[in-house]
Amino acid sequence: MTKINMVQSLNRTLHQIMESDEKVLIMGEDVGLNGGVFRVTEGLFEKYGRKRVIDSPIAESSILGVAIGMAISGLKPVVEMQFSGFSYLMMHQLEGNASRMRTRSRGQFTVPLVVRMPYGGGIRALEHHSESKEVYFAHTAGVKVVIPSSPSNAGLLLKAAINDPDPVIFMEPKRSYRSFKENVSDDNEKITLGSAQILKRGDDITIISWGAMMRDTLKAVQDLEEETGFNPEVIDLLTISPMDTRTIVESVKKTGRCVIIQEAQKSFGPASEIIALINDQALMYLEATVKRVTMYDVPFPLFGRELLYMPSIEKIKRAVLETLNE
Amino acid sequence: MPLNIIEKFSISYMQILDEKGNVDPELEPDLSRDDLLKLYHYMTLSRMVDSRMLNLQRQGRLGTLPACTGQEASFCASVLAIKNTDWFAGSYRELGGRLMRGDSLLNLLYLYNGFEEGSYNYENNRTLPISIILASQLPHAVGLAYGSRLQGEKDTVALVLFGDGSTSEGDFHEALNFAGVLNAPVVFLCQNNQYAISTPRKLQTKSATIAQKAIAYGIPGIQVDGNDVLAVYKSVKDAVTRARNNEGPSLIEAFTYRMLMHTTADDPTRYRDDQEVERWKEKDPLKRFKIFLTNKKLWDDKKQLDLENELKQTIDETVKQFESKNDFKPDAPFDYVFEHPGSTLEEQRMDFLENLKKETEND
Ligand SMILES: Cc1ncc(C[n+]2csc(CCOP(=O)(O)OP(=O)(O)O)c2C)c(N)n1
Repeated sequence: MTKINMVQSLNRTLHQIMESDEKVLIMGEDVGLNGGVFRVTEGLFEKYGRKRVIDSPIAESSILGVAIGMAISGLKPVVEMQFSGFSYLMMHQLEGNASRMRTRSRGQFTVPLVVRMPYGGGIRALEHHSESKEVYFAHTAGVKVVIPSSPSNAGLLLKAAINDPDPVIFMEPKRSYRSFKENVSDDNEKITLGSAQILKRGDDITIISWGAMMRDTLKAVQDLEEETGFNPEVIDLLTISPMDTRTIVESVKKTGRCVIIQEAQKSFGPASEIIALINDQALMYLEATVKRVTMYDVPFPLFGRELLYMPSIEKIKRAVLETLNE
Repeated sequence: MPLNIIEKFSISYMQILDEKGNVDPELEPDLSRDDLLKLYHYMTLSRMVDSRMLNLQRQGRLGTLPACTGQEASFCASVLAIKNTDWFAGSYRELGGRLMRGDSLLNLLYLYNGFEEGSYNYENNRTLPISIILASQLPHAVGLAYGSRLQGEKDTVALVLFGDGSTSEGDFHEALNFAGVLNAPVVFLCQNNQYAISTPRKLQTKSATIAQKAIAYGIPGIQVDGNDVLAVYKSVKDAVTRARNNEGPSLIEAFTYRMLMHTTADDPTRYRDDQEVERWKEKDPLKRFKIFLTNKKLWDDKKQLDLENELKQTIDETVKQFESKNDFKPDAPFDYVFEHPGSTLEEQRMDFLENLKKETEND
């Protein structure tokens, strides 16, 4: 057991998979010699060479398009969008082809690829380097959207994503890349895509989050536990789409209260989807309105003000208290 | 049947002022004394501002920044070749060119300190803001140029700058093709500084030059010494003249070098060696321009000293102003989302301000 951060965990997983499965290939901007701008692919180029670790031209549309062809040919490409803010250039390949190849070819062709991308705010970055747009991808049937929250689940989820037979968008919360370390075991632990994880069992309130917000959520919960002695159930979504609806519904039926913490802007996000789900399947169990703590519907502010706009521990605590007292 | 050659192409390289300061009098463009001195002024300013901003960044007073040192001839001499009534679009690596278009150091400091207030404030409102999404500004330039013409402006053109890495994007190819088809009065200027981030030019394209990409789109293409102010100026001026005369778009590859890091988040020692950087120091655009001006009796050591002192003082004062208290409102990011924000957004603004009040009360 060693304590490592999320970048190291992802990197370790990539090394393991490249070693054990020669169909896996890495491609993206600056992923080779430079090891990726966040160093997630560090050391792979030196070890596996330029044929399996490709420093691609700057062409996001073709990074995915070429990867689709590689995947159909039998490879398992793991491609990188340097930042999620530049992934929109690949959208037509995602919506028009990656997501539908299985359907269109009636199962003849499948596209087992992973698109990794750092996303999210709070790191004092330039414009286009801070958004959370998981919903763009989640709104595409045929694509899975996965977001780890810790060093230990990042490696396991990445492994599951690479082994999945369908296209997976793997969004890495870059604020959590190096912010904390964890023991990551070497045994054959597994996480399956499509399952949320209950981090804490309780029956007063269901608190749901994912990605970098998980950390702040857990801190807020810890504070409130000390201050009020309440007993929350905390869910880490892990897979945004397809969503683990059963875990959410069962939890809310039990607690009757729910708060969702979403880094993305408020309208039309996963939180809206969760509220609709609760409305469909657990409405009669509710003892309070479901609250969400989110960003506002403005273009992501430049870093001078970003923390004012993002969900914070204080905002989460207020929302939880309000929901408990409603 | 024998194969017939049906088209033949070639690409030229232009240099007018070489590394030693020698000039080719045949090609030397007709630049007034004022223009030459203005150019030198802004190139020097750009170099000094670049290094000051990098310093401020290192001290934690600014966020991530691109570095522009070494490319002054490309972005300043090209801007000198257009008029204020022409359109200018670029990426983020044309500091001095933007200053020439009337952006101010104060704005840049605000911007790189993470405040929307600095993101747009040009004296000349025919300048588009910084574009980080690579190559996305190229189609805009086509539309600007075409749009102004259609609305009756007889000689407006657009100049657009971008890097070598950006030529791999679909937007680059689509814009060149589009411009050719529309015969739009656009000048595409690629600052080939040899690297994207870590990726060298030769991994972006198998083409021997960027300039030759023009051929496929049926427009003129030329490679010029991008550290030579005269070659950059002349090639852009020629292209602008063609555009003004309804002869359509052109592509210019300014062959230059990024002397420093890609941005402050980058460590160039991972992918290139110091000797290469040293070799390019010999080709410095400011150094040879100074020799040129000195030979023309337009410049001397005293003038140099005076200029540096004057610019340093201006920069110092601006930095001081930047560091003094400002009156930026916390809810400014709501200001320019829509002309008519509607109730949802207005409610969110209220909610934001209320939240903020609660937080300050708790403190
Ligand atoms: C569409 C898009 N993809 C990726 C990036 C990330 N990125 C920022 S700068 C850069 C390299 C750009 O190289 P080049 O076009 O040569 O311009 P330079 O930075 O050298 O001026 C990359 C890959 C981006 N900004 N936009």
